[in-house]
Amino acid sequence: MAFEGSSMQKGKTEITFKKQGQAREIWRRFKKSKGAVIGLVMLVAMLAVILLADVIAPYSLATKQNLSQKLAPPSSGHIFGCDAYGRDLFARVLHGGRTSLSIAVIATMTSCLLGSILGAVAGYFGKAVDSVIMRALDIFMSVPDILFTMAVVVALGANFINLLVALTLAYFTNYVRLVRSQVLNLSELEYVEAARAGGAGSARIIATHIIPNAMGVIIVNTTLNVAKIILYESTLSFLGLGMPPPAPEWGLMLSEARSFLRTSPHLLIFPAAAIVLSACSVNLIGDGLRDALDPHLKS
Amino acid sequence: MENKGENILLDIENLKVIYKTDLETVEAVNDVSLAVRRGRTLGLVGETGAGKTTTALSILRLLPSTTGRILSGKIEFNGEDLLKIDENMMRVIRGNRIAMVFQDPMTSLNPVMTVGDQIAEAIELHNGKMPKEEIDRRVENILQMVGIIPQRRFEYPHQFSGGMKQRVVIAIALSCEPELLIADEPTTALDVTIQAQVLNMIKELRDRLGTAMLLITHDLGIVAQICDDVAVMYAGEVIESGSVEDVFTGDARHPYTAGLFNSLPDLHSQAKRLKPIPGLMPDPSNLPPGCVFAPRCESRMDACEAHRPKTVQRGSHRLRCHLFGAGQAPAVGGQGR
Ligand SMILES: Nc1ncnc2c1ncn2[C@@H]1O[C@H](COP(=O)(O)OP(=O)(O)OP(=O)(O)O)[C@@H](O)[C@H]1O
Ligand SMILES: [Mg+2]
Repeated sequence: MAFEGSSMQKGKTEITFKKQGQAREIWRRFKKSKGAVIGLVMLVAMLAVILLADVIAPYSLATKQNLSQKLAPPSSGHIFGCDAYGRDLFARVLHGGRTSLSIAVIATMTSCLLGSILGAVAGYFGKAVDSVIMRALDIFMSVPDILFTMAVVVALGANFINLLVALTLAYFTNYVRLVRSQVLNLSELEYVEAARAGGAGSARIIATHIIPNAMGVIIVNTTLNVAKIILYESTLSFLGLGMPPPAPEWGLMLSEARSFLRTSPHLLIFPAAAIVLSACSVNLIGDGLRDALDPHLKS
Repeated sequence: MENKGENILLDIENLKVIYKTDLETVEAVNDVSLAVRRGRTLGLVGETGAGKTTTALSILRLLPSTTGRILSGKIEFNGEDLLKIDENMMRVIRGNRIAMVFQDPMTSLNPVMTVGDQIAEAIELHNGKMPKEEIDRRVENILQMVGIIPQRRFEYPHQFSGGMKQRVVIAIALSCEPELLIADEPTTALDVTIQAQVLNMIKELRDRLGTAMLLITHDLGIVAQICDDVAVMYAGEVIESGSVEDVFTGDARHPYTAGLFNSLPDLHSQAKRLKPIPGLMPDPSNLPPGCVFAPRCESRMDACEAHRPKTVQRGSHRLRCHLFGAGQAPAVGGQGR
């Protein structure tokens, strides 16, 4: 196909185009998936609104009590209505998003990073290294997540950083097992053997040959986890172990809403919708990204 | 053996390799001695399971770390025993001075990296300080050399045909201009017409770059075409070795080698009936006490089942068979191989 003279002449421009290419190529493939684009638009819109929260509705609105507006339904003054203390629900959802989403995203990344490194090391080196890591992991996993997180938060106190630590420790175990099994499979393959025969060291082989090939699976899991962590974080807040009040936080808002389910469902609907939307958009993006990273699907 | 010349690049002596699992110990390579001369090609032939790949992996010290073990022997490369140097030194040699091409091009390339990046990676690995442009230029040169238009370097392996992939694999192997190229059945996975093309290309590049080669194959035709020397392996032992003339037209021939020739379809002479060697190779975890080939050998004598034959040297021709016993061998070892 490319043997004709014309493509030989085009060579130069093609090269410059393709050099910046890898990322652009992935983006091009990503754009092809409708779901992924919708997810991305949703997420960007949500992030923009949340980042601009201070401009749209000052933080004071989210914490200022105004008992005359107690449980007020949505209206032109308070588009999402007000909660049991008369605080503006819209402002609380916005500012709550900051905490909830940043905790979810950061905790996902830290647990993914920690877990992937441990999993890669265990899978690649095998033998004693593997045994030590996996037995330690068994101990970790024998304690139920929720109990473990509770212990950390109770011991260290509930704040942003400790919550991150607790969530990371609760979730990294999944990645260790996932990445380890991927690495075990991939290390068998001939191109890893070939890379070794070419003189590549272990770190390089893991970084350039194994991780990129395991990326699809890791990404899908990561995006699933963002959603899980948002929900898990809500559970913690629900149990009174999340961010301390009056700081707004989606899970906390759900827990506060439960006493007024019958009379004021809007207290539940808005934060719940925010959780569902963010979880959905992240999952859609993850699916699209997985496909985009796989050169086989390129067309 | 005493006076082997300066011209020996790789010298394997009495190599013994086992695979040890919980269930059994496989004696994959037994007392193997081989030599590859500088700039020359040694063909390593033998049926499946003979220990060819194991020998090749031992040279690069890439045996599976959990099971494979080199028990004894020497592997001298440029006079330096590869079994004695540390892993870091070994990494510098791998890919840079000794490169290897594996059997199956379909799986020897990383599916998520472009072909060009994979070649660049190999160059970069051993030329840390080379500027980017220089690497790019070399990638293009090497692709051209293996007959792929350089623009295709931005494509992924799955966009290439099998023969093209093997060309890329060879390009990677030659990218650092190694002194020795180990090619483990480089054309077996390709279809016949492509085989010839790839083989010719290997031959051409070898001549152009002056690379020495250890070519593993089970095809005596390929050996005749491009090798200078041959070693025939059977059940972990080299049972016959020498120059191509020694083995193909010499006056002595190991019964196993004779069997290999008889089982070869011959297009030129009038069609004789193919005569495959009866029986199977012995189980390498349970080798017979005498000659490993004795159970299948038509010229079997009593001595064959009793003890293992010693290697007999006749000039550059070496045979491991009781038929050519002590009496007929020259008194002193010959003049190298
Ligand atoms: N990882 C391993 N563990 C245990 N035994 C092995 C292993 N690899 C190879 N063997 C055994 O060692 C012997 C030699 O195998 P090797 O792969 O070197 O043969 P080969 O000559 O390359 O054969 P082929 O032509 O099929 O590639 C065989 O009996 C094989 O079963
Ligand atoms: Mg083999």
